[in-house]
Amino acid sequence: MSEQIRHKPKAQLDAEFSELYRAHLRDVYSYAYYRVGDHHDAEDLTEQTFLQAYRHFERAQSESHGRPLRPWLIRIAHNLAANLYRDRSRKPASPIDETTTLAALHTTEQLVEGRDELSRVLDGVRLLPDDRREALIMRFALGMDNREIARALGRSDGATKVLIHRAIRQLEELVEEGATTRPARGGSANGRAAAKALGSRSDD
Amino acid sequence: MTEAMSNLEVLLREALAPVEPPAALAERLESTLLSITEMAVDELEAWELSAMRDPRNWARPAAAIVVGGAAGAALVLLRARHRAHDSPGALGGARESAERTMRDLGRETRRLLGSR
Repeated sequence: MSEQIRHKPKAQLDAEFSELYRAHLRDVYSYAYYRVGDHHDAEDLTEQTFLQAYRHFERAQSESHGRPLRPWLIRIAHNLAANLYRDRSRKPASPIDETTTLAALHTTEQLVEGRDELSRVLDGVRLLPDDRREALIMRFALGMDNREIARALGRSDGATKVLIHRAIRQLEELVEEGATTRPARGGSANGRAAAKALGSRSDD
Repeated sequence: MTEAMSNLEVLLREALAPVEPPAALAERLESTLLSITEMAVDELEAWELSAMRDPRNWARPAAAIVVGGAAGAALVLLRARHRAHDSPGALGGARESAERTMRDLGRETRRLLGSR
């Protein structure tokens, strides 16, 4: 390593790590959940992420030069998830539990009206290639900007911008295909508007 | 950006809304992290005695001991001081004295913290 780590007192490091943990527990769990599609694996992945992060926290702080550490945390989770799949030689074991996710996020009325569109979107997200799906999870579940996503994925800002654009384009097509092959339940005004909007896109 | 993409992004934000971690996970994780942060043994184990040849480094292991536990550290320091007091002539200089003291501190602290 070319850079000398300036050692901080352990108590100070622990306090700073505690802040990082509190600030990003939900981010890491959300990423893990959408990445692996299962609450049990998401819990394990979250736990392992923070334990690894604690081990390397001082070095990460030293090398971050004051930049936010969220991309670093998500990168740890990303690597652990990749290892999980490699070890088990499988993709996510079960689809994302839509009922749990959607019910936690929407009122009953919204759930009835918007469920079909949201289900199609989630179905489409699952069908995306890994890197595109991860980029969308980081952008929309965690609210990360292009620069943060680039750091988490180890790509350039420009490559990340292209990745996200292509991911949305492909998802748009998948959702559109889903809308034509699966009749909307209830046919709400909101759903029709969304379907119409999705169907009216212009090509590049 | 087309209207369709804009609408899709709105739907994406709804579909991929953040998920709250279960309370049991937070409790378990905080308990694990707490137990880890209480361990200062690694700090002493990682410390190379050769570094003690530079007097500027002498304060750091002492700080690790404080982190490891006030009661244990106090006992370690008392024992180390007692031993040094018993045989002041056996130590051949400031550097050897520091190294020997640090070996005692490391061994005693590991024993104390390991027996918790």
